[in-house]
Amino acid sequence: MNAVTLALLTPLVTAVLCLLFLRSLPLQRFFGVAGMVVLLGVSFRLMAEVGGGHIEVVRFGNWPAPFGIVLVVDLLAAIMVLVSAIIGLAVAVYSLADVDARRVRYGYYAFLHFMMFGVCGAFLTGDIFNMFVWFEVMLISSFVLMCLGGEKPQMEGAVKYVVLNLISSSFFLAACGILYGQTGTLNMADLAVTAREMRPELLTMTAMLFLVAFGLKAAIFPLFFWLPASYHTPPVAVSAVFAGLLTKVGVYALMRVFTLIFTNDILLTHGLLLGLAGFTMVTGVLGAMVQFDFRRLLSFHIVSQIGYMVLGLALFTPLAIAGTVFYLFHHIVVKANLFLVSGITQRYGGSFDLKKLGGFYAAAPLVALLFFIPAMSLGGIPPLSGFFAKFAIVKAGLVDETIFGAWAPFLSAVALAVGLLTLFSMTKIWAEVFWKPAPEGHAPHRSNVPRGERWLLLAPVAALAGLTLTIGLFPQFFFDFAVRSAEQLLHPEIYINAVLGGTT
Amino acid sequence: MNSIILATVSRLLTGLLLVFSVFLLLRGHNLPGGGFSGGLVAASAFVLASFASGFPAARRLLVVPPRVIMGFGLVVALVAGLAGNVAGYPFLTGLWDTTLFPVVGKLGTPLFFDVGVYFAVLGVTTLIVFSLGEDSEEED
Amino acid sequence: MEFLLAITIGVLYAASFYLLLRRGVVRVVLGVALLSQAVNLLIFTAGGLREGAVPFIAEGGKVLGAASADPLPQALILTAIVISFGVLAFTLAMVHRADQATGTDDVDDLKGTDAT
Repeated sequence: MNAVTLALLTPLVTAVLCLLFLRSLPLQRFFGVAGMVVLLGVSFRLMAEVGGGHIEVVRFGNWPAPFGIVLVVDLLAAIMVLVSAIIGLAVAVYSLADVDARRVRYGYYAFLHFMMFGVCGAFLTGDIFNMFVWFEVMLISSFVLMCLGGEKPQMEGAVKYVVLNLISSSFFLAACGILYGQTGTLNMADLAVTAREMRPELLTMTAMLFLVAFGLKAAIFPLFFWLPASYHTPPVAVSAVFAGLLTKVGVYALMRVFTLIFTNDILLTHGLLLGLAGFTMVTGVLGAMVQFDFRRLLSFHIVSQIGYMVLGLALFTPLAIAGTVFYLFHHIVVKANLFLVSGITQRYGGSFDLKKLGGFYAAAPLVALLFFIPAMSLGGIPPLSGFFAKFAIVKAGLVDETIFGAWAPFLSAVALAVGLLTLFSMTKIWAEVFWKPAPEGHAPHRSNVPRGERWLLLAPVAALAGLTLTIGLFPQFFFDFAVRSAEQLLHPEIYINAVLGGTT
Repeated sequence: MNSIILATVSRLLTGLLLVFSVFLLLRGHNLPGGGFSGGLVAASAFVLASFASGFPAARRLLVVPPRVIMGFGLVVALVAGLAGNVAGYPFLTGLWDTTLFPVVGKLGTPLFFDVGVYFAVLGVTTLIVFSLGEDSEEED
Repeated sequence: MEFLLAITIGVLYAASFYLLLRRGVVRVVLGVALLSQAVNLLIFTAGGLREGAVPFIAEGGKVLGAASADPLPQALILTAIVISFGVLAFTLAMVHRADQATGTDDVDDLKGTDAT
């Protein structure tokens, strides 16, 4: 069996096992973590298979493309699956200490793995309607994870999250229908070929429908309101995996369709993306500045960071796309890590409110260090991963020849300013939580968390921080992958030949 | 709900609906029907039973808890899909036996996949209906 | 026929957006349900309305007759219906729970988690 099929079957089998052994907490926890370990192994194998630039295609049911559903693994897909598995494993371990027994009994691990199933499927599929189905698998599981526990703020957040995501799905579906009506195909490689014969204005309109659908999922301006209203309500482990992965699936989908299918009118479509990217960066970071809830502040930063990735996609030069791929990888790791840290400070200090936290630098220096690394990386301080991600995108805007004229350097300047404000937000958290003396009666104590649980919370955070540091210290190795993946994305004929070659 | 008419009729109808659901499942490959609609009809049989004689009785009638049925269905579908891999083809490749059986026709892995879908749908639907129904009964 | 369906789709979209903008949570859910119906009709219409034979390849033949209908839009709609069925069931359960947890079905009262 090849690694592509395994990457999908592992989370599915794990989820089914968790479902069958719902009564037994130890077994569920064992399967929950073991499944992620296997997935990580599989995704490394996947990476090894396509790392050299070869695109792997699996035809489900042995139906030839473009008639059957294909799974296509190019470098971008493999990278995304790999980083999802890393986050999945970190969160599964963290959940051992963070998610209570009641939620586990209601199927927490089963739905976590169903969600991974959907996420991996969305990354690997080569069929636009199939991608819709994977999105739904991912969404329904995420709905359940969001609601699990049924606390009041959770349900309030869930209503908004669910309704807005369903609206986005209906846009996605409508766009698929129109695309099929015009081209008679749903295979993305085939679409890339046949879409060129579509009436250009109709193609652009369909592109806008996809932009709304994926933009809602990716939380770009002005469609981001659901995100800061809901991401801080579920347990920390859940919000970390949401923050790390879900919006990035939207960004991945945007990258896929706007490099492969909708490239006929770059000035309009990518110009629009460029403008939206600027607004997304600015509104996100400004929203974050006034927040004093740890997780809500981080949620606004997700929005702001999405702006950088969309900016890279909009600039549409090899360096910018490579920067976006690198940014995706870096951001998923760092953002999930920051959410996990917010959980630790909550456990030690009893609150998510920055005003009620304090004195962590003295009480828990290790936690301070583990916050410092991802926070500075998010702010773009060298030599951490965020610096290189921002550097590539900003440089692309300043140096590369784009069709947007003076707008590209202008947006780069905006990106730099937003980077500064991000740093301000991070130092705010640093000053409030770590340096400020603890407020009366809110002194943090490590002993609030039993010793065993403490290590389960700290280990994944430390591992992710280590990864951030590694990416920062050896950026060339990781950037090479990003550059090669950008090459594949900017030359769709490679993708098209891999999928359709030999069958037509 | 306490209705003698419904209780009497449901005893008959439950069995009938289950038979009909299997009929739908088996004809599904070439004619309208299949695992999904079959599973829904089977689930409706248990929903009807729960309306007639209450949720605990319907659960007893189902014997196995809904989530186990759901898991079983997923496992069957998975194994049917993996059969293609064992034979050296991609996942979900249909394998067919050439001999003709009465009623079912040609046997193949797609039929087993459909059986898996049938149980998964039955499990999911009863799970949702039972948990919603029992929930609202607690309030009354 | 296309014209009639286009009008119907437009009306369905309008009605569902009207419901989505209402304050009652249940109305919003009904709006979502209506929206999925509107999209299904849209796919159906966009896929091309043709009077054609059942798309089966004749016995002994190798290719499909020219006058057959396109089965794919219907397969898409069927998938979409199945998904929206599951999603709707979940949404109803969620709204029920949300009503229990918050004691209100007014969207305006669900502002506790909104960013200020």
